[in-house]
Amino acid sequence: MTAQPGTARGPADGSVSRASRTRLGRRVTLVGCALFALTALLFVVALLLGEAGLSPAEVLEAFTGRADRVTAFVVLQLRLPRAIAAALVGVCLGVSGAVFQSVVRNPLASPDIVGVTAGAGTAGVAGVLVFGVSGLALSITVVAGGMLTAVVVAALTWRRGIHGMRLVLIGVGAAALATALTSYLLTRVDVRDAHVAYTWLVGSLNGTDWPIVWVLIALAFVVLVMLGAQRRSLRVLELGDATAAALGFRVERARIGVLLTAVVLAAVAVGTSGPIGFVALMAPQIARRLVGRTSLSLVASAAVGAALVSASDLIAQYLVPTISFPVGVVTGVIGAPYLAWLLAGSRTRSRSGGSS
Amino acid sequence: MTSSRSLTARELTLGYDARTVVDGLDLDIPPGRITVIVGANACGKSTLLRGLARLLVPSGGTVLLDGRDIHRMPTVQVARVLGLLPQSPIAPDSITVADLVARGRYPHQGWLHRRSGDSDAIVDGAMASAGVLDLAERSMDELSGGQRQRVWIAMALAQQTDLLLLDEPTTYLDISHQIEVLDLLVDLNAERGTTVVMVLHELSLACRYAEHLVAMREGRVVAAGSPSDIVDAELVRRVFGVDSLVVPDPVSRSPMVVPFSRHHRPGEPAR
Amino acid sequence: MTRRTGSRTRERGPARRRALGALILIAALLTACLASLAVGTAQIPLHTVWHAITAYDPTDPEHIAIVAKRLPRTLAGLAVGAALGLSGTLAQGLTRNPLADPGILGISQGAALAVVTAITVFGATAPSQYLWFAFLGACVAAILVWTIASRGRDGATPVKLALAGAAIAASFGSLVAGVLIANQQALDTMRFWQVGSLAGRGLDVLLPALPAIVLASLGALLMGRSLNLLALGDDTAQALGLKPGRSRLISGALMAVLAGAATAVAGPIAFLGLVVPHAVRFVVGHDYRWVLAYSAPAAAALLVAADVVARIVARPGEVQVGIVLAVIGAPVFIGIVRRGKAAGL
Repeated sequence: MTAQPGTARGPADGSVSRASRTRLGRRVTLVGCALFALTALLFVVALLLGEAGLSPAEVLEAFTGRADRVTAFVVLQLRLPRAIAAALVGVCLGVSGAVFQSVVRNPLASPDIVGVTAGAGTAGVAGVLVFGVSGLALSITVVAGGMLTAVVVAALTWRRGIHGMRLVLIGVGAAALATALTSYLLTRVDVRDAHVAYTWLVGSLNGTDWPIVWVLIALAFVVLVMLGAQRRSLRVLELGDATAAALGFRVERARIGVLLTAVVLAAVAVGTSGPIGFVALMAPQIARRLVGRTSLSLVASAAVGAALVSASDLIAQYLVPTISFPVGVVTGVIGAPYLAWLLAGSRTRSRSGGSS
Repeated sequence: MTSSRSLTARELTLGYDARTVVDGLDLDIPPGRITVIVGANACGKSTLLRGLARLLVPSGGTVLLDGRDIHRMPTVQVARVLGLLPQSPIAPDSITVADLVARGRYPHQGWLHRRSGDSDAIVDGAMASAGVLDLAERSMDELSGGQRQRVWIAMALAQQTDLLLLDEPTTYLDISHQIEVLDLLVDLNAERGTTVVMVLHELSLACRYAEHLVAMREGRVVAAGSPSDIVDAELVRRVFGVDSLVVPDPVSRSPMVVPFSRHHRPGEPAR
Repeated sequence: MTRRTGSRTRERGPARRRALGALILIAALLTACLASLAVGTAQIPLHTVWHAITAYDPTDPEHIAIVAKRLPRTLAGLAVGAALGLSGTLAQGLTRNPLADPGILGISQGAALAVVTAITVFGATAPSQYLWFAFLGACVAAILVWTIASRGRDGATPVKLALAGAAIAASFGSLVAGVLIANQQALDTMRFWQVGSLAGRGLDVLLPALPAIVLASLGALLMGRSLNLLALGDDTAQALGLKPGRSRLISGALMAVLAGAATAVAGPIAFLGLVVPHAVRFVVGHDYRWVLAYSAPAAAALLVAADVVARIVARPGEVQVGIVLAVIGAPVFIGIVRRGKAAGL
């Protein structure tokens, strides 16, 4: 059963680990490409579908500048920004969720647990109902609210460092408080206003316009690059604080850096579309199962997130002919059977022995 | 071949919150040899090891690596010289062996971590030395306890440090795995001259494998030296509070501790 | 000889604390109830309150206000508070986790979803009609959260329960949202219900739920011994003669019933079930028999008191009691976590 020391000594020339790496890299690339292709397809579909009943030729004309004003408006000002936003929001949420799950070491973690989403939600509802803000200004308010909540939660968690579990529990408390405040605000206004706010609260891409999309693109790009630079920190943090320190990493600094980036990503996503539930939770898990043997794949998580949100938005808009649901409803509804699937597919792994 | 890195503790005081665990301790780790730290539960041996590994900031005294204060050295620099295998290492469930071992190279890879063929060869070499090369594609959660421990050692090997610290590397392993791991460390010390410092709780095994034994009690060093020099019934009584008979191990000639108990005393028939 | 005196002296201290605690509790209850009867849009002097109870005069408008509106509201507060206090203690005992609370565990959202379904699909209008839906919803959510959190190596740890609860709450919340967005009428009703309030809760809402609350409360009070054993771990509990699976099932069912009934009457109220058992433990120690016994009246007093505050804070209007409790409860919860020892947290 146990390999005798000596029999597993093969040619130690680097071929084994190189092969292993290539295999993994290939898988990630394959999955990533497939998913991005899927997202691209959904993107095209999003441009083609709609009430205006445009033919593909007309849609194409909008891009070449030969369409009439209405068509151009519908395609370039309504559908295009929305489709782009859907994909990018999915990327941000997927990556953010992957980071949180890695740092907290729990597949049920997501940026929601730090209270970012709830705090952003409260800020958004307050913005809409109390201050009458909308558009880009609303997005900024939302992002600020989310960041503020995260910072407060982090500050409260700080006790010579941020311990993952304490972060979760305090975040849950903060989220509950924020949710209560939101509910309170919803009771204080006219039902029509409440309906508008509520729709936003559930996560909606309605009314996404170019200013928001440009800011989203810029911010997402910057933050994702920052996260890319921290990839190694992530891989090492997964191995536990002691090992990470032994490998020469400043553990607390690395953890804060990584979490901060993830929080910003989540806040930016929420700022664009309101809190879309579950994507940050589901995307990394689905990505892991698709890619197979790996601990963390940011690229795959991003790809799954993009596909998920794009698909959900299409379903939300067009599934029921008379009603256009906000995208958050669809992701949430998918969430319940997703959880059930997670359940069914789980094996209670019992390890022999306690250590390692 | 023998490592000349010196690791010493000078009047080291370590603790958690308000509790002092290690108090004003002086210790010299002999370079290029295998040192084992033993002691009763909660005597501070794990804490001492963590202090030596730079995981704990001392409340008093210093840890010196080659004569320099270890806490004033850049973390990465320390990581290239000193490796640690902690007590219950954590790994994400579905990580492959090759992936995990490869992470041991991080301290040597610059910020842009250009992975070279060299690096791959070192990783393969580490896996081969630890006897897990054929497990390279498997994921950690499929392996047995002994195999997992060997993978962690492979990662420490890939780190290619002159010093290797291990915190209870044999707990929860059965006898064959324990011996496997310890023999591997002896090979490492012999082939590369790595200085090995480990905490073991099994006294007779410690005597067998240690070239330098450090016995601790309540945060202080009670005795330090070669096992055959220092281990006798008197030491066992002082450190563990147990009466015993110390005889030469029939196989390795190192001291073997045979404890007495209320039900088992010499001269009385076994119950 | 010495031993007997020793154990007797050892028991005197805690017993004295419990007695003192009981006195304070009774005083608090009375004060809260009296305040609840006296305070409102119109401040009614205490002697009028006393007359209203003892010598009820059907023609006196103040007496009517007291007996017809404030008294039922106070009673509802007492019942809901007691139910939540017990349910929280049960949750903490059965999950072996001091940070459990039915509200955080997603149970309220389960009840909410069921209620929304009842309102929109089955046309339920009266609380007495969607009461049973709320129960069912709470139970389903409880089972789901527990099952999800138990998945994996270490079973249902505090963190996994919190995360699973948050996940279920979010999931069910989205479903609720989907329905409410399509149905503005339902939204109008639900948005007030979601906050947790005792406003307008009269006997018509309370009475149908009362038998369930009373019976389940009695059952809960009897679970003290089981919870004490469960606290030692399944293996030890079994060795001491308990059937852990069955005890957990019964406790869980009682918890869901109590939480479900409370939510059906007053809407989702978080934190009460979490914070009260902790406060009670400071006084009576960790014996669940006492913790249960004291949690019910303590939570009742707290809820009624919070309701009074809710009526005072934004005169002449009202803030919902759920908000008041969340605003108080969240900082306390966070304080508990911060002070908690590293083990398990």
